[in-house]
Amino acid sequence: MAVVSLSDAEKFFIVHGIEDEGLRTDGRSCEDYRCIELETGLLSNTYGSSRLRLGNTELLAGIKIELGTPNPKNPDEGWVEFHIDCSPNASLAFQGRGGQELSNGICCHLSRIYNNKSALDLKQLCIVPHHHCWVVHVDVIVLEYGGNLFDSISIAVKGALHNCGVPNVNVSAGDEGEFEINLPDDPADVNKLKISSCPVLVTISKVGNRHIVDPTLEEEFCSHASLIVGVTSKGLITGMKKVGSGSLCPESISEMLQSAKSVGKRINSAFTKLMKTEKGIAKSVEKTGYL
Amino acid sequence: MLVTPGDVITEDTIYMKGHGTYGTNIEGDKRVIASVAGVVEPINKLICVKPLKTRYNGEVGDVIVGRIKDVQQKRWKVETNSRLDSVLHLSSVNLRGGELRRRSAADEFAMREYLKEGDLISAEIQQVHADGSLSLHTRSLRYGKLGQGCCVVVSPSLIKRRKNHMHNLSCGVSIILGNNGYVWISPLVKTATDSEAGDGGFDFDKEPVTADDRETICRVRNAILCLAKHSVMLYDTSVQYAYDKSLDYEAKHLLSDDVASEIVDRTLMEIDLLKGNA
Repeated sequence: MAVVSLSDAEKFFIVHGIEDEGLRTDGRSCEDYRCIELETGLLSNTYGSSRLRLGNTELLAGIKIELGTPNPKNPDEGWVEFHIDCSPNASLAFQGRGGQELSNGICCHLSRIYNNKSALDLKQLCIVPHHHCWVVHVDVIVLEYGGNLFDSISIAVKGALHNCGVPNVNVSAGDEGEFEINLPDDPADVNKLKISSCPVLVTISKVGNRHIVDPTLEEEFCSHASLIVGVTSKGLITGMKKVGSGSLCPESISEMLQSAKSVGKRINSAFTKLMKTEKGIAKSVEKTGYL
Repeated sequence: MLVTPGDVITEDTIYMKGHGTYGTNIEGDKRVIASVAGVVEPINKLICVKPLKTRYNGEVGDVIVGRIKDVQQKRWKVETNSRLDSVLHLSSVNLRGGELRRRSAADEFAMREYLKEGDLISAEIQQVHADGSLSLHTRSLRYGKLGQGCCVVVSPSLIKRRKNHMHNLSCGVSIILGNNGYVWISPLVKTATDSEAGDGGFDFDKEPVTADDRETICRVRNAILCLAKHSVMLYDTSVQYAYDKSLDYEAKHLLSDDVASEIVDRTLMEIDLLKGNA
């Protein structure tokens, strides 16, 4: 995935550190995340936005909402569409169409875990059943790639959704059975989405015979198989995907799922705490936008 | 004095323009203008600007740590964070067992068994070519393939040019401060005597590193990253002081901004004290 090369001796050093002592090259233990910086509401031309920095990985997420017709199978629900752009700025491997496969994979995984009832209540996106609903477009751009893309994208998306405000529209009956939709005059007249049960992706990589959370580029190079698990704040697993060319035996999969649950719960609670703190200081800080 | 590209350094005609400066060739315009962002270094009448962040510009005799990028017919291409790849000729490495003979075709075929893509080596610069590319050599037992350890990349301008770049720190690790910004941290090199400082790295020691050594290596690595983030010059004393000051915190907490600034402030105070006493 990334353009990193390590000597055999360095790989040996990393793998043995994790296997024997659970100590990684930067001093973290197997279940420690790097410092995550998250900021929301910085792009004024979107309905919701966030910026995330995890180690060397940096992303921007923005949300645009448009009107759409509900799917006849689910007439009283809207839906969420994802688009990830792995920009060539982020890594040499993303030159030209290099990042396409990776971004498609992430999009599919995110759509799978978000477009079901336990993650996001899609009924809150309905305006008029059978006729109009909101379609939420989530766009993420990867500015710098330093390992662990899935987790950082999921946290940035959750941050942007938390910040997102759906306009409070008035629906009036027009002619010929059509409905007229009027946007409110006040741009601050918005409804916030309920995202309390939105899942967060946790990547668990198998290195040697132990597993680590939040791998750096070098550690990703040393691991042959990873599990990407979607975990909600209550510890419920909403989706799972395996990446990598190596194999995993069932016992290690159940172990990895257990640590994914505990790590996922921790990340979700830290996220909620951060969002509360940000709300508290938001009025005193002037948002000057990104850069 | 810090300058940015376009800043006028002086208008005096007595000064000559060195690296990092330029002058407009207009009649009557005697300004010396900086072309890079960095520190002005006047040497008598010559004005140079030393850039803060730059690719590595090699000098003969520098010790560097490089990564093998490609294995070619009678040489290896080495990545050294410079503008062009450096070259390590087959004739510039020691053969196994220290033999002195002409390299044969069999040696050429066996090149990949010694150094392959991704391997790290420590080497010295033998020659700088006209286009700026470097020729390396490892013709001493101190240099050669590196074994178990950790590599940290910092800007080349932070490494002070000194007589000795390979140090055994008193905390129990050995570091190689490569002039090109690659710093190699490894457990203490086990030597029988001081003169026999290595074997050229033909076989790497497959014994796992002990827990204490590993912790020390983590701590030194994080301390170096803290110093690099705050643009402090790296040499054996500054790294040793940063390590000592970091013992109050856990190794993994050194990565956060506030702890890093605290450690760097204390290290700088200690260095000033040393300079004050000297």
